[in-house]
Amino acid sequence: MSFSPLWLVVGLLVFTSVGIMLARDWRWSVIFLAIQYLGVFILALQHWPISMATVKITAGWMSVTILSMTRSNLPDETTNNSDLLPQSRFFRLIAAGFVGLITAAGTPQVDVMMADAGMAVTAGSLLLIGMGLLHLGVTDQVLEVIIGLMTVISGFEILYTAVESSILVAALLAIVNLGLALAGSYLMIASNSHKMETT
Amino acid sequence: MNAPTIWIILPAIIAILLMFIPSQRILSLLGGTTSAILAAAAQFVPIGEAFTIGAFSLKIDSSLSILGRMLLIKPEEGALLALIYGAAALWFFGAEASKTASKLVPFGMLITTFMVASIAVEPFLFAALFIEMAALLAVPMLTSIHQPPGKGIIRFLIYQTLAMPFLLLSGWLLAGVEASPGDLALAAQSASILGLGFAFLFAIFPLYNWIPMLLEEAPPYTVGFLLWLFPAITVIFAAGFIDRFSWLRSSPQLPITLQLAGAIMVVTGGLWAAFQTHIGRIMAYGSVLETGLSLLALSLNLKTGIPILFLLLPARALAFAVWALALTIFKEHSESMRFSSVRGMLRTYPFASAGLVLASLSTSGFPLLAGFPARLALSDFLARTSLSTALWMGFGIIGMFITSFRMLAVLSMADEYTGWGVNENWLQGLMLGLGTIGLFILGLFPQIVQYFLASLPGMFEHLAQ
Repeated sequence: MSFSPLWLVVGLLVFTSVGIMLARDWRWSVIFLAIQYLGVFILALQHWPISMATVKITAGWMSVTILSMTRSNLPDETTNNSDLLPQSRFFRLIAAGFVGLITAAGTPQVDVMMADAGMAVTAGSLLLIGMGLLHLGVTDQVLEVIIGLMTVISGFEILYTAVESSILVAALLAIVNLGLALAGSYLMIASNSHKMETT
Repeated sequence: MNAPTIWIILPAIIAILLMFIPSQRILSLLGGTTSAILAAAAQFVPIGEAFTIGAFSLKIDSSLSILGRMLLIKPEEGALLALIYGAAALWFFGAEASKTASKLVPFGMLITTFMVASIAVEPFLFAALFIEMAALLAVPMLTSIHQPPGKGIIRFLIYQTLAMPFLLLSGWLLAGVEASPGDLALAAQSASILGLGFAFLFAIFPLYNWIPMLLEEAPPYTVGFLLWLFPAITVIFAAGFIDRFSWLRSSPQLPITLQLAGAIMVVTGGLWAAFQTHIGRIMAYGSVLETGLSLLALSLNLKTGIPILFLLLPARALAFAVWALALTIFKEHSESMRFSSVRGMLRTYPFASAGLVLASLSTSGFPLLAGFPARLALSDFLARTSLSTALWMGFGIIGMFITSFRMLAVLSMADEYTGWGVNENWLQGLMLGLGTIGLFILGLFPQIVQYFLASLPGMFEHLAQ
């Protein structure tokens, strides 16, 4: 099998998704998410024309901006409600490793199932879906939940580009991404409402 | 003029305009009246046929093209629109009594339009995207910006969002199975993905833990609205899947799976409800039980199952509206919604107490109430197909009965010298009174709704044949 430069993009997605898992500072999380959307854009380009694939990165970066702007206006100290959830970076790294293994094992079968989307495209997609789900499983903080959901949706979007090229779907998925960011911003403000009132 | 513009785009614009109206009463009246007019128009104005009004001849086209795809409202779907907007009108008129009109009416109407769009969009698979957008709109409706959100809303958002990719992918895979029906591995994979998608969307056991949480933390009336609208549209979406894919329709595993999922929902919903001491959580499990009944109806021979499925919808809408309004009153006037806090409130809030108990009894299928005819028909046909499943359904319903009588007992346990009095305001009393009468009318004369429901199975090309 010849080496495709697309695997570099998959490597980038590994870096960003693991980065999101391990980051303790929200600023790093949103930076990784923004870079992740670049990878999503490049993988979407394999099946979609640039005019449509651009929608992914535009909507993604707009969503990241919405989340960042909201979070930056909130107090920095966060209450930790996640005492029962695993917080150790080592644990998260091991769990991410398992997701990587499952992705590697499942990619060939899923690639066949998804109309030969391309191994790198399928691997990148499954990786993001898996890492997003893992992220959802280890957090109950609003920002992290939204980032987890956006990661899952990004992974799905990559795979779906191989089978669906409707403009309506591209538009609706962009709206869903922006909607998630807006809902997340709303919930973040609500979560911090009592702190904002006291300060 | 075309049908999607009238029943989707126009109400969406009205909903956005309603966001700028501060008065609860005006919002409630405008929202309710608009929905009632849309319901009446859907029932009586023919779609796709020319008709005359005075000297004018009009024809409402059934489709609207958007970005290369289509929103299509078929003439047979008029009765369904009437049902959806009619029930929405009921909820919006009651919104002032529950003091939730400022959120429920604009957001609720917008959510309703997205749900109608999910029924109308072609290809129908894209419905998952509209349902997701409706779920996102539900976030500001359910929460206040001035209060930290609970875990229920986060889980609701996660589960509804996760449903979307599964359903979109499964739709594409199902088309592949249709093209090569011999590929059993592909069929199994697509069925599993489809099942997962609907498990998230329907909140099938054990994915329904957000429902009781939401009823504890959010205004009961707005949660009740969602607990009616989301499952109602989802079940129609699910029936659409079965209608369009012949291999799914003819699969012998489908009725077994639906029966199993439905029975688990009914049994866990009924039994969990029987052990609750929180009247909000009891409604949550009542909703789980109702969804289970819908799944059981879908599992039947489709010619009999689909009419029963549609018969369940109006009863659910009315019972949940009364139940949610009663809960709102209790939440407002008692320390919490736990049994210990609402004990003896029958004497001080008689309308709310009666509404609460009668709505839960209707959900458990008590004779003479709205839920009874559909449950009777369902248990009859289910017993002919699988006696054991019918018995399990009976267990769930008994659980709901028990909890209804427990609520009645708790509400009537007043101190000996507590006097009787009506503390609900006139509007709450009126809405609860009308709702309760409606529960009896639907129970005593179920043929009334048949006028609206008779043509509904016709919207499915194959299921009603």
